[in-house]
This record gives sequence, C-alpha cells and structure tokens, in this order.
Amino acid sequence: MSGDTFFFYAFSALALLGGLGTVLLRNAVHCALALMTSLLGVAGLYLLQGAEFLFAVQIVLYIGGIMVLFLFVIMLVNLDQASKLQQFGRQTPIALVVALAAVAAIFSMLSKSAVLLPASVSLTPLTGGNTETVANVLFTDYLLPFELVSILLLVAVVGSVMMAGKRTE
Amino acid sequence: MITINHYMAVSAALLLIGTVGVMTRRNIVVILMSIELILNAVNVNLIAFSKYHNQVTGQVFAIFVIAVAVAEAAVGLGVLIAMFRNKGTVQADEVDLLKW
Amino acid sequence: MVNLIWLIPLIPLMGAAVLLTLGRMMPKAAIQLLAPGTILAAFLLSLGAVMESGGKSQEVILYEWLPKVDWGFLLDPLSSVMILIVTGIGFLIHVYAVGYMNHEGGYYRFFGYMNLFVFFMLTLVLANNYVLLFAGWEGVGLASYLLIGFYFSKKSAGDAAKKAFLFNRVGDAGFILGMFGVASLTHGSLAFRDLHGLTAGPVVTAAAALLFLGATGKSAQLPLFVWLPDAMEGPTPVSALIHAATMVTAGVYMVARSNAIYILAPEVSFAIAVTGALTAIVAASIALVQTDIKRVLAYSTVSQLGFMFMAAGVGAYWVAVFHLMTHAFFKSLLFLGAGSVIHSLNGEQDIRRMGGLRKEMPITFWTMAIASLSIAGVPLLAGFFSKDEILFFTFLSAKSVFAVGLVTAFLTAFYMSRMMFLTFLGEKRNHAHAHESPLVMTVPLMILAVGSVVSGWIGGPLERWLEPVLHTPHAPEEGGLKYLVMGFSVVAAGAGILLARYFYISRPELPAQARIAFGPFTKLADNKWYFDDLYDALFVHGLGMKGGALLGSFDRQFVDGGINGAGLITRFASHLSIWFDTWIVDGLVRLTGLVTKAAGYPVRMAQTGYVQSYAMWIIAAAAAALGLFWVR
Repeated sequence: MSGDTFFFYAFSALALLGGLGTVLLRNAVHCALALMTSLLGVAGLYLLQGAEFLFAVQIVLYIGGIMVLFLFVIMLVNLDQASKLQQFGRQTPIALVVALAAVAAIFSMLSKSAVLLPASVSLTPLTGGNTETVANVLFTDYLLPFELVSILLLVAVVGSVMMAGKRTE
Repeated sequence: MITINHYMAVSAALLLIGTVGVMTRRNIVVILMSIELILNAVNVNLIAFSKYHNQVTGQVFAIFVIAVAVAEAAVGLGVLIAMFRNKGTVQADEVDLLKW
Repeated sequence: MVNLIWLIPLIPLMGAAVLLTLGRMMPKAAIQLLAPGTILAAFLLSLGAVMESGGKSQEVILYEWLPKVDWGFLLDPLSSVMILIVTGIGFLIHVYAVGYMNHEGGYYRFFGYMNLFVFFMLTLVLANNYVLLFAGWEGVGLASYLLIGFYFSKKSAGDAAKKAFLFNRVGDAGFILGMFGVASLTHGSLAFRDLHGLTAGPVVTAAAALLFLGATGKSAQLPLFVWLPDAMEGPTPVSALIHAATMVTAGVYMVARSNAIYILAPEVSFAIAVTGALTAIVAASIALVQTDIKRVLAYSTVSQLGFMFMAAGVGAYWVAVFHLMTHAFFKSLLFLGAGSVIHSLNGEQDIRRMGGLRKEMPITFWTMAIASLSIAGVPLLAGFFSKDEILFFTFLSAKSVFAVGLVTAFLTAFYMSRMMFLTFLGEKRNHAHAHESPLVMTVPLMILAVGSVVSGWIGGPLERWLEPVLHTPHAPEEGGLKYLVMGFSVVAAGAGILLARYFYISRPELPAQARIAFGPFTKLADNKWYFDDLYDALFVHGLGMKGGALLGSFDRQFVDGGINGAGLITRFASHLSIWFDTWIVDGLVRLTGLVTKAAGYPVRMAQTGYVQSYAMWIIAAAAAALGLFWVR
C-alpha cells in the first residue's frame, strides 16, 4: 500500500465519519465539531489532488470562518432544550429510502461502462505553482463571475444583517 | 491505485450523508451543516476532475462553490436568528406557514 | 397691454382659487393683502389697457369655445367703462371689507367668493359674445347666491339666497331664449360684432323682449324685483358691491350692449321705459315706509335701476351707462356708510333706533350726506347730472314716463332725507356706544364721496367716448328746454328734502298722522304692493300646493296603478329568475367548485408546509431523473 493510497483512505474515512457524526449526533455543538472533522478530511483530499490553494482556503475559510459562525449562532439561540427533543422528523423512513434511491441511481449510472472513466489517464503536471495557475485563470477567464460572486456576498451580508438585526421601532 | 472513481464514490457517500441529514434532522442548525456536507461532496468531485483533466478550471469552480456556501450560511443563519426571535423555536417541522 | 386683457379676469380668479383652497391655512394678514391685491392688480391692468386702447374697439380671441363662438374678450369704450367701475369700486369695497369683516368667521371664504364674483363680473363685461356673457351672468348669480347665504346658519339668509337664485332663473330662461333668437338672426354667431346690419322683424322683436326679460331678473325690475331687498341678508360689503354697484347693473349693461337690436324694436324699447318707470315709482314708494336702513337702500337701488332702464328705453343708452356709473359711486358709498353705522351699533339696522349719530361718526355722516344729496339730485353733485339727463331724454320722447320719473325724483329726495335725518340727526334713540369706524373703512368712504361729486361732471366726455359703440339720440341744440327740465328736477329734489325736514325734524309727530291719513297707500307700501303675496299665492300655494295635490291624485290613480302592475309582473318574472338562479346557475357554479375541490384534494395533501418535505420531493425528483437516464 503506497502512501497515496493510505492517505486517501485515511482522509476519506475522516470525511465520511465526520459526516456521519454531523448527521447523527444529538448535541449541536458536537455536530459542529464532527462537521469540522469532516471538512478537515475533505481538505486532505484536496491536498492529495494537488490543489494546495483550495486546501488553504478550506482550512482558513471553512473551518476558521464558517464554523465559527455556526458556533456563534449555536451560542446565540441556546440549543440546550433543542438537544433534549426528538432529533429526527416523522418522514425519516421515507427520507432514507429516497436518499438511498438517489445514491443507487448515481452508482448505477457510474457503473455503466460509458460513464465509468478509465483508471489511468496520463497526468502531466501543470507548469508553475498551483496558486499562481488558479489566480491566472480566475482573474482572466473568470473575472466577471468573480465580480458577480463578490456582489452576491455583499447582498448576502446586507440581507443577513437585515434579518438578524434588532427591529428598532 | 487510487482512480477518479474512488473519489466519485467518496463524493457520492458524502452526498448521501448530507441529503439524509437535510431530510431527517429537525434542528435547523444541523440542517444547515448538512447542506455544507453536500457542497463539500460537490467540491471533492470538482477537484477530482480538475486533476483528471489536468486543468485548474475545476478548482476555480470550487472557489465559487465555497463563496456561495458562505453566502448561504450567512443568510441561513440570519433567517434562523430571526425565526428564533419571532417563533422561539429552531425545529424545522414546527413552522408550516406554507401549508395549503 | 390690450393683448393682456384676458389677465384682468384671470387675476381675481387665481386669487379666488388660492383663497378657497388654501385660505383656511393662510394667516389673516395674508388674506387681507391677497384679496384686495388681486383686485388692485386687475384695476391697474384695466387702467393701462383702457388708456392704451384710447377708445378703439379691440378683440382678443383666446380660442374657439363652441362652433362659431369664441372665448374672446372685447375691449371697447363700453366695456372699458364697466371694467373700471367693477375693478375700481370693487377694490375700494374689498379694502373696506378688510375692516368690516375683521371680527367675522369665514374670512377666507368671504374673500374667496368676493374674488370669484369679480372674476365672473369681469368675464361678463369683457365677453365678446352672448354665450360668454351668459357664462359670466350665471357666474355672478352663483357668487351672489353664495354671498347672500354667507351666514348660512341663519335660515333667513339661506332662504334669501334661494329666492335670489330662483328669481334669476326665471329671467335667465328669457335670456337663453333670446340668445336662440339672436343666433337664428346671425346664422349661429352670437358675437356682438355681428349684431350690426340686422333688419327689423318679428324675430328681432321677440329676441329683444326675451333678452329684456333676462335683464329684469338680474337687474331687479318689475315683476322680478322682490329678491333684491331680501338679498340684504348678506354682509354689507356684498350689498354694496353686488347688489348696488355692479351685478344688478348687468341688465342695463346688457341692454346697452344690445342697443343694435333694441333700436330695431321700438315697441320693446317703449315697454322697457314703462317698466323702468313703474319699477322706479313702485320701489320708491316702498322705500318711503321701510325702517331697515339696508332695505331703504335696496329699494332705492331698484328705483334707480328703473331710472337706468327708462333711459335705455327711450334710446339714450349712454345716459343709462352714465347713471350706472354715478349710481355705482353714490350707492356703494351709501351701503358702505350704512355698514359703518351698523358696525358701530353692533348690528342694529332699524333706523327708528338710531338718531343723533352725527357727532359720533362725523366722517360717515358727511360722506353719506354727500351721497344722499347726490342721489336726491342736488345741483352740481353727480346724481343731479345723470338723473337730469334721464329726465331730459324721457321728456323728449315720452311725456308720461317723464312725469313718473319726476314724481320718483321727488320721492327719492324725500326717502333719502328721511333716512339721513332719522339716522344722524335728532336725539339719540340708541344707547350703544357708537364710535367712528377705523381708517381702513373710512378712507374708501372718502374716496367714493369724491367720486360721488366729480363723476357727474364728465357727462359730455362720456357721451363722446361711448358714441362709437352706442346709438346716440340727437338732442336739440337750444338749451331752453334743458333748463326747464333741470328746473323741474331741482324743484322736485328741493321739495323732497324740505318736506322730509318738516316731517322728521320740525314736526316729528307728523309721520304717524300721515300714515293714518294715507291709509290705503300706507298699507300698499307696507306690504310691498303685495308682490311677495302674489307670488306666494300664485306659485308657492297655487302651483306648488294645489298643483301638488292634483299631481298627487294623478300619481296615486294612474302612475301608482301602472307601477303596481309593473311590480306584479316584475315579481312573477323575478320568481322565475330566482328558481333558475338557484337550481341552474348556482348549481353549475357549485358543480364547478366541487369538481375543482375534489381534483385538488389529493394534490393538496402534498403541501405539508414543512421545508424538509419539499427538500425530499426535490431529491426524489433528482433521483427519478437519474433513474430515467439509466433506463434509456
């Protein structure tokens, strides 16, 4: 078993177990910590695929930013009582069937020969560092979507402040 | 040998976990976290194909997905706070104003 | 400037619009400036336009209002005289009203209506055709109605306003029919410039008579004069402006304006002269016994309007306008003076409870004395000249009318002197603390007093000024006849004044004896020659009540029967309709609803309202889509 293979399985296990913890745990704070674990695993997968920049973004933005936001909100709305309630809704059995059906559909599709990709593709490494290449593409070919996303973020910030802010009347 | 298919399997599994969370959990905070899981499943796929085709476009898309995820989390949590303030609950099935 | 004459009516209209919409919020001082200010602006504009026109006729046509009828203004010598009277005297009365109405409610409403009146009056006199003239004619009627009923909480004021309006309607009916006649003569055009060159005929005579009927309504002539005395219910400045100086003279103006028609209808002209003479003497005789100071003046106004129609009837149109002008000065002065007296006595209007006010109110007394002497016909004052011209021209053409006029002149001198003696001389019969009015009221009185003297001296220039537009009779050149008539007139005036002095100063017990001695006549005058009772019996009780009873029985027997029959049929039809409605129409509607509801029921079940169930539907649909992909 080569190093790559080992790390792949290790990070995948981290991501999937973290995800399961997120969905199954009772206390919201625990859920958040499990999600953090899962994101860390995904970040490892990024690193394995040579996406160093995204790895950094995943760590800094997701685990450092979004998770702090989640934890903040958990403190704010005080979920102690919520953790004592029934955690799964009435439609859980049907939902499981639906989800399994969806994943089954995906796997069956992947397993069709036309879609299943060949295992080996000649992987010629890109010239230059990963961050530099991403930046080049992002700020040339995808400049307009980039700007649009910045506007989207601005709108989201204003909207969430509007909704979460106190009514001053 | 780890192929692209392995990555797609991990991605699909993560997606399954996420969708189950979205559909079953009553706590809205956890639902939002499950949505983050689904988005991460997408990102894993994008990165894998980026490597497979030896292009960075997939990584650029992943950046956009992360940006959208940030916006979604911010707005979703804002809605959650507003809902908690007005209704005093964070349980998804206690709000059914859309009912017929 | 002549091209801007459309601004002359427009400025008061804008004033009225501002006052009636925003006036409630405006400070009093602003209203006091705005209301007289608009009239002053109109006056200055009129003065400029008249001086620039120099007596030439000029028309300004704004646009075609109706086919062949323009919205156009005509500035000629006649309308020049009228707009100067309306805006000049109107301005003085507005200034006076600032003081007089100072303690009254509804300040902005009063001045809004006053400005509105001036707008309509200017439209009336500046109109270049009958239709526009009629619009102004109705407008001044409206303003008059609003202002007579200004104290609308008083029933008598409301009744008087309605009475004025209804009597004017009778006259207006004649006016409209007369306009039809004119339109048929001039091929649809109602412009004054098309009146020349008509030839005499039955249509001309009928049109002339009908137009005169309109004039009798507006100018309070027999038999429609009874509304004017009642119109004294309005505030005194209104009486001065509308019911003495301007609106009531609109009929005279209209007859003068139509002189081209009246020349062709000598019978109608004679009827006008006779009507004027009868009105003059009847009103003067009623004025002899009135005790309300404003009613004395109201009947005096009716009487003086009669004089104007006498002049117009004998063809001396410029004399009618001359008397209209002098009368505007001295009669508005008399009304304003009377208002000043009433103001200082806290609303007392009965001259029997006045007396001895000369000391307390010197300015009011002297100015009113000038006006009374002027109307009585004392030489060198304005009324003397104009009345003398009227008597002279009636003497030339109709001796009987002249005789009536002379007697009326005597009566005029008598009743005016009576009013003055009872109000200002003798001992005090009222213990209210009388005081002279403030300057804002007395200054207009003084200016009008000057006008009451000097306006009579411009008879000659006025005749030449009006000659281009009015038919002017040829007077004999030698002066002997004129001096003879003048002598008669002076003797009549002097006799009237002296007799009044004898009655009310020297022998105060005489009037009561005279009332008994002239029993039947006193009764006639006291009851205003029974005109009101005649109308009451004829129209209110006769047509109104008996006719109402007749109509009522017709209603019950025929109309109600028909209605009941129709009702029965309708009921039967409606029963049928109800059955159809209930079972067919409603059934179909309910069926539609039921089907929709039944179809919707299972679909409705999917709408649980929970976000997670919607999420599940989305994922299920995605799975189904992928499954479809796999199947193919």
